[in-house]
Amino acid sequence: MSGMTLIVKTIARLVVGFIIVFGCCVVLHGHLSPGGGFAGGAMLACGFVLVLLAYGRTETRRIISENRAATWDSLGAFAFLSIALVGYFSGAFFRNFLPLGRQFQLISSGTVMWSNVAIGIKVGACLFAAYLVLAGFRTAEDM
Amino acid sequence: MIALLIILLAFMIIGSLIAIETRDLLSSVICVGAVGMGLSVVFLLLGAPDLAIVQVAVEVLSLIILLRVIVIREDVTIAHRFRHEDVFATSAALVFFGIFLVFAWRTFQQLPAFGQPSLAVSGNYLAHGLSDVNSPNIVTSILLDYRAYDTLGEATVIFTAIIGALAILRTTGRISDERHDPDR
Amino acid sequence: MVLYVLTMVIFLAGLYAAMAKKNIMKTVIGMLIMDYAVNLMLVLIGYRRDGLPPIMTSANEPASAFVDPLPQALIVTSIVIGLAMTALMAALCVRLYQRYGTFDTLHMRKLKG
Repeated sequence: MSGMTLIVKTIARLVVGFIIVFGCCVVLHGHLSPGGGFAGGAMLACGFVLVLLAYGRTETRRIISENRAATWDSLGAFAFLSIALVGYFSGAFFRNFLPLGRQFQLISSGTVMWSNVAIGIKVGACLFAAYLVLAGFRTAEDM
Repeated sequence: MIALLIILLAFMIIGSLIAIETRDLLSSVICVGAVGMGLSVVFLLLGAPDLAIVQVAVEVLSLIILLRVIVIREDVTIAHRFRHEDVFATSAALVFFGIFLVFAWRTFQQLPAFGQPSLAVSGNYLAHGLSDVNSPNIVTSILLDYRAYDTLGEATVIFTAIIGALAILRTTGRISDERHDPDR
Repeated sequence: MVLYVLTMVIFLAGLYAAMAKKNIMKTVIGMLIMDYAVNLMLVLIGYRRDGLPPIMTSANEPASAFVDPLPQALIVTSIVIGLAMTALMAALCVRLYQRYGTFDTLHMRKLKG
């Protein structure tokens, strides 16, 4: 899959930073406003897919290969499971063991924020990995 | 409010019927995209902003994936051949759908009336959610504190589906070999 | 009540596309439409007339002023699972096109390799 013209590449390079920062903001503020891990993860995947579409498959593989995306996916799932297991060893499975803090602060409500981060990394990486592998097939004009 | 919802649902029905019946695959995918965006507006009107955000992002990603699969062919139109078996199949399907809608109508009269949910389980979550979890977003606190086990199950389902897709599309270097030797 | 029946009509349209169409991309589109209809149905059941979205701004609002948050929490994950399912079906369609050279399911039965 080849990249696109110079105009598209320049605009993609300017815009992708904003998309990824906004996705991270939605993930981190998941317990304060609508959003959370799944919404932020889908937005992060959109940002990476923008880079893939604008620059082509070979250039994007140099930055993030399929193995690295699958590794981040597995690390996100493992982090979520380990939060559950640490809660298990201090009471119940998935118990909220961190201090709750004050309301409307960023670091509050215990494990909810860290679970959001783990889910956001997992969903963003795994959706991008599917696109990266699907882009490897040549279209009809190349065959 | 109800009238606006009915208009949006009628828009979605017309969009999905066009998506099913048209012979141009590109128009079909664009109509599915319109149905998804209409669904996002309906979620916003039903008081679910979290769902509207997720539906828009997921809709854009689905459109990209469907378009990538469709342009793998040379032409994107479908040749139409009328077969006599199609008449029987379509009429049998319509009869079945009529019976289905009759039974669905009778079932919906058993549900609580539209606009008055019973809140048997979530009354507890709404009453104690802010003091138990200290997060103003009740949906996130249900997802990650009260019902976190279900979220673990859903994360496993996403993981398995994507691993399946990666396993199917794994061999990217042997495309030209498989065309000549399909018995491998 | 009318809204429930209209949602079932969307579901039946998707079911018709998945059952009776010969092109395999129409089957994928039909399953996507069925997914939309099921998600919409579950959110419609939890709607309260003149209800607020379940985001609390202060601690003293009664529980009867909000819409039901439990269906929304479950449908959030269901939407992302629908995308993963679409990715899996698209992977299968790409492989089928490489194997048989067509999207038509009638021809897929006839060619033996």
